[in-house]
Amino acid sequence: MTVCALSVLAVVALILYELVRQSQLSLHSFGWKFFTAQVWDPVAGQFGALPFMYGTLISSLLALVISVPLALGLAVYITEMCNIRLRGLLAFTTDLLAAIPSVIYGLWAIFVLVPLLRRYVEPWLAMTLGWTGLFSGPPYGIGMLAAGVILSVMVLPIISSITREVLVAVPRHQREAALALGATRWEMIRMGVLRNARAGIVGAVILGLGRALGETMAVTMVIGNRPEIAKSLLAPGYTMASVIANEFSEATGDLYLSALVEIGLALLLLTLVVNALARLLVWSVTRGVPVSSHVQ
Amino acid sequence: MSSNARRKALAWKRVVADRAATLAAWLAALLVITPLIAIFAYLVIRGASAVNWAFLTHAPKPVGEAGGGIGNAILGSALILAISSLLGVPLGIGAGVYLAEYGHGRLATLVRFTADVLNGVPSIVMGIAVYALVVLRQKHFSALAGGVALGIMMIPTIARATEEMLLMVPRAIREAALGLGVAEWRTVVSVSLRTALPGVITGVMLAFARVAGETAPLLFTAFGNQFWNLNLNQPTAALPLQIYTYAISPYDEWHQQAWAGALVLIALVVGTVCLVRLIAGRGVMKGTA
Repeated sequence: MTVCALSVLAVVALILYELVRQSQLSLHSFGWKFFTAQVWDPVAGQFGALPFMYGTLISSLLALVISVPLALGLAVYITEMCNIRLRGLLAFTTDLLAAIPSVIYGLWAIFVLVPLLRRYVEPWLAMTLGWTGLFSGPPYGIGMLAAGVILSVMVLPIISSITREVLVAVPRHQREAALALGATRWEMIRMGVLRNARAGIVGAVILGLGRALGETMAVTMVIGNRPEIAKSLLAPGYTMASVIANEFSEATGDLYLSALVEIGLALLLLTLVVNALARLLVWSVTRGVPVSSHVQ
Repeated sequence: MSSNARRKALAWKRVVADRAATLAAWLAALLVITPLIAIFAYLVIRGASAVNWAFLTHAPKPVGEAGGGIGNAILGSALILAISSLLGVPLGIGAGVYLAEYGHGRLATLVRFTADVLNGVPSIVMGIAVYALVVLRQKHFSALAGGVALGIMMIPTIARATEEMLLMVPRAIREAALGLGVAEWRTVVSVSLRTALPGVITGVMLAFARVAGETAPLLFTAFGNQFWNLNLNQPTAALPLQIYTYAISPYDEWHQQAWAGALVLIALVVGTVCLVRLIAGRGVMKGTA
């Protein structure tokens, strides 16, 4: 048993070791400039990771903007408002959403979501909000917006199920006290439940961010894969995960390969920090609640 | 009089806020279900017509030729998942047992933290790590490398599920076994693990369902293959990889195949998840209240 437990440590150590070793070449050639340079031109030997970091960050934030209100609404509805039978059904549905493979989300996004965005949503956005500069340019369908929307569907189940866990952990008497003082149901939820669960909800959102940052296939299939930084959300972009997915097996030359591994290493460290932060926040709320109430 | 009116207005405002919040939450729930229904509907509408016996048993045909299927991809996925289960299940359960039965010291905290770290490693990063670990050493892509990548990804899920389930086994049962003079390892295997078995199986199947649909870690490990292959040391097709290849291709008949393949994959994954619910729903832990 101890051997099995130690193997977990060994595997993580090996992964880190290999990533650091394979990215040495790029680390030494570019140093910190790797993360501030904007040009990615493998043919000319220029490798700058900024466009990918920008794409990863913006697509993930966009996903959070869309999914957080929905996930919170769903979690509140499931834990505080609906009857028991509907509760089970809704919880099962969100579990199913979490179980759909990434590549199937991508497939659906290419053939259903993207045409929908191109034909209806993007022209409308360009017309009404074009002046902000966020929605200018031709409506390709494929681009940062499509990636953000499909990501939002993918991170929603995670955020909502952990929020549910956190809400359930809020002691019953908080709710009863609020109701006894004559609060309406919404006032009870707002003051008695949500306020107590704040830290945990933030943790759930950050955990969703961690998932969005590392998501590969669905994003690769709809983001457009162009290493440029554009202000418009309708323009194509590129993320750290998708540049690895697209170019790793075709990378010629040691430096090219090494640069891609370094992007992978940076992505790993980024998700590590984000996940650790999220765990701390979730623990601060659910700590002291028996394990059985987490598994529902 | 005026204070009375103000009170009434305030009460009215509170009721409206309550109703509005209820409506908003209800709408959110509805909006979340929409994409799920849409995805399943499209999978069935676009995919079902192409799924037949030949599709499930034949290898892909070149572009332009009619027919062809995903038989080799199903076989490849089965091979890769068998390897990953052989690696991930024993290690995961072992680590879980260690955490639940012996895990109190600093080492256990470290292992628990590392399992969480491993759980958070982006799947594409797992792909390059295993590429460096296995593919570079072997000098070629293989089903083995794909299996290793997926197997590693199974470990943390199984370990944490096993730990949680073992912790739910009542102390009294364990003490009874030890009191009868049963050896400690025997108590763990035949009493604790036996009691927690349905829960452990649930964890294993969830981990399985999760990696069965993974594409990113297979891109540079199993790599994919258009032909039948049973050699574990050769590039091997996998269902998610095949769907990806078909989906981003420019050919209509390949798109059709992507939808059909996706329907088969989702049937596998959702079938597993439903089975899990069935096992979990039928009195998970006999003997625990």
